[in-house]
Amino acid sequence: MSLSSVSEIDASSEKFLRGKYAVCGVGETSYRRGSQETTRALATWAIGNAMEDAGMNAGDIDGMLDYSGNDSTFANFVAGDLGIRLNFYMDVHGGGSSIEALIGIAMGVIEAGMCKTVAIFRAMNGYSQVRIGGTGARSAVPINGDQIHNRAYGWQSAGQMFAPSFLRHMYDYGTTPEQVAHVKVAHSKHASNNPKAYYKKRYTVEDVVNSRIICKPLHLLDCCVETDNATCIIVTSLDRARDCRNRAAVIQSVAGRVCKPRADMHYQHGPISTVAGLYAREILWPNAGVGPEDIDVTGSYDAFTFTTMLQLEDYGFCKKGEGGDYVSSGAIELGGRRPNNTSGGHLCEGYTHGMNMVIENTRQLRGEVDDSCPVGPDGKKQHTYDYAEGGCRQVKNAELSANLGWANPGTGSAMVMARDHK
Amino acid sequence: MPLQGEYMGMMLTIDDLDHENLDFFRHCHEGSFHLQRGKTSGLLRYPPTTACPWTGERESEWVPVEGKGTVHTYAEVHHPIQPAFRDKVPYLVILADLDTQKGAPSEHEALRVAGNLMTADGQFAPPEMIRRVGIGTRVKMVYVEVADGFSLPHWTIDEDADQPETPWRYPQE
Repeated sequence: MSLSSVSEIDASSEKFLRGKYAVCGVGETSYRRGSQETTRALATWAIGNAMEDAGMNAGDIDGMLDYSGNDSTFANFVAGDLGIRLNFYMDVHGGGSSIEALIGIAMGVIEAGMCKTVAIFRAMNGYSQVRIGGTGARSAVPINGDQIHNRAYGWQSAGQMFAPSFLRHMYDYGTTPEQVAHVKVAHSKHASNNPKAYYKKRYTVEDVVNSRIICKPLHLLDCCVETDNATCIIVTSLDRARDCRNRAAVIQSVAGRVCKPRADMHYQHGPISTVAGLYAREILWPNAGVGPEDIDVTGSYDAFTFTTMLQLEDYGFCKKGEGGDYVSSGAIELGGRRPNNTSGGHLCEGYTHGMNMVIENTRQLRGEVDDSCPVGPDGKKQHTYDYAEGGCRQVKNAELSANLGWANPGTGSAMVMARDHK
Repeated sequence: MPLQGEYMGMMLTIDDLDHENLDFFRHCHEGSFHLQRGKTSGLLRYPPTTACPWTGERESEWVPVEGKGTVHTYAEVHHPIQPAFRDKVPYLVILADLDTQKGAPSEHEALRVAGNLMTADGQFAPPEMIRRVGIGTRVKMVYVEVADGFSLPHWTIDEDADQPETPWRYPQE
């Protein structure tokens, strides 16, 4: 496979904060519909689970970041519930593309001496309260000013807003619905080996293209699931991370909310079949000192099947225009060259605005993915690497991961992490 | 004075301090599509903004622009999200490249103006009309009133224009 313009990187020099910070703890609630809990309660569970995973107590955490869109609790409530006294916190507006950016911000504030360890959370009742698909409360509020240029046209939900990019990619490059449906096939295969996935059923290409049309080119099964859940990722210096309970995932590079021109209305600036990854990769790969060819496992945002395909293409995992071939080649499936979203991602595991893909890659780099493989005498998973339904989902020798976050075609974030060998 | 009106059961409001949007939709109500033109850049922009996206200059003037273009891409909605659109599906959201300033200031830029596909008299297009439209279809603007002094721009097929033999449509009808 040939790769695009990332070959000129200098892999020998230290760049910025490469290799100095790490994800030291990850945790989540179950992924479900109808949580019967507040986002505040969900957040305390997820953070508590991440602290347990890191082997940290309340006194070890002194920073907090979270993100939401008028649909969640805030850091000051949650910190109080957990007995955490904060030296730093910030509540950020946003959804997809937030987590990688916030990890970069956490590194920055720790580097600035403002705090030592930051817990980042996203808590949402994306099914039972503020539905992430855009029905209910999100479609009912009054429409003001700048919003009139899209919402008055029934052009509002994520699927409706992104469809023009997806269709144009089909027009520009001949991408077919069947090719892109392979993203759902792959992620559902992965989810079938993930006991905590909301949807564990395996789907075929025919299932996807025969499911009802939501908004062309998106069928029902091209769209992600809506779930209720909270997720947490703890970031600290690599030195501190090495004192934690589990192996660190070392942060090599972060790109945060990188935009195409005209972020106010990105469709003005073509080609519209190109997404923000084209720009983000100029930060991501040089700072990481590696290129897409070096990556063992990816977490490309999958609000929709097309989202995964477009990002893999523009980050350089295949040539421009060949995303359809790449995602239908078997490369993104467990057992393939570079599996994507091994937990099942947003299409199958649960919807978290990007958090669960970072959590999954952290576990992949530890070699301790929570599948159904037996636990050995050392208390660790004895992975079989048999990816048959209900079996293993650990990637063999996972050394480097890439997360590709997505807010919309015009804005994205990304991160490279490495297995720690200490 | 703010502009406000109920449109398909949705309350649309433009605050009295939102001069750019007030001017934009007022011109639409007068049946003449206008865009801001940067005073020194000479470049038109859409949607309304407070400064020129290419130069950052704040000074601009509203100039009339021909409401004709070509469908660049679209979204064909079959599952309505907003209650207002429940009895309109399927409906088309069109992004059309205006003929004016197409390919400028750089090759892939254009004034890509949003609107629904409507009939010439401003009703939502029936399914048989939707099936005639795809990437490449020539369209022209029509306006639908929201309130006095406030109309929305929409698109309809330009029946007088040379049309492509088969505009590109998503393969599954």
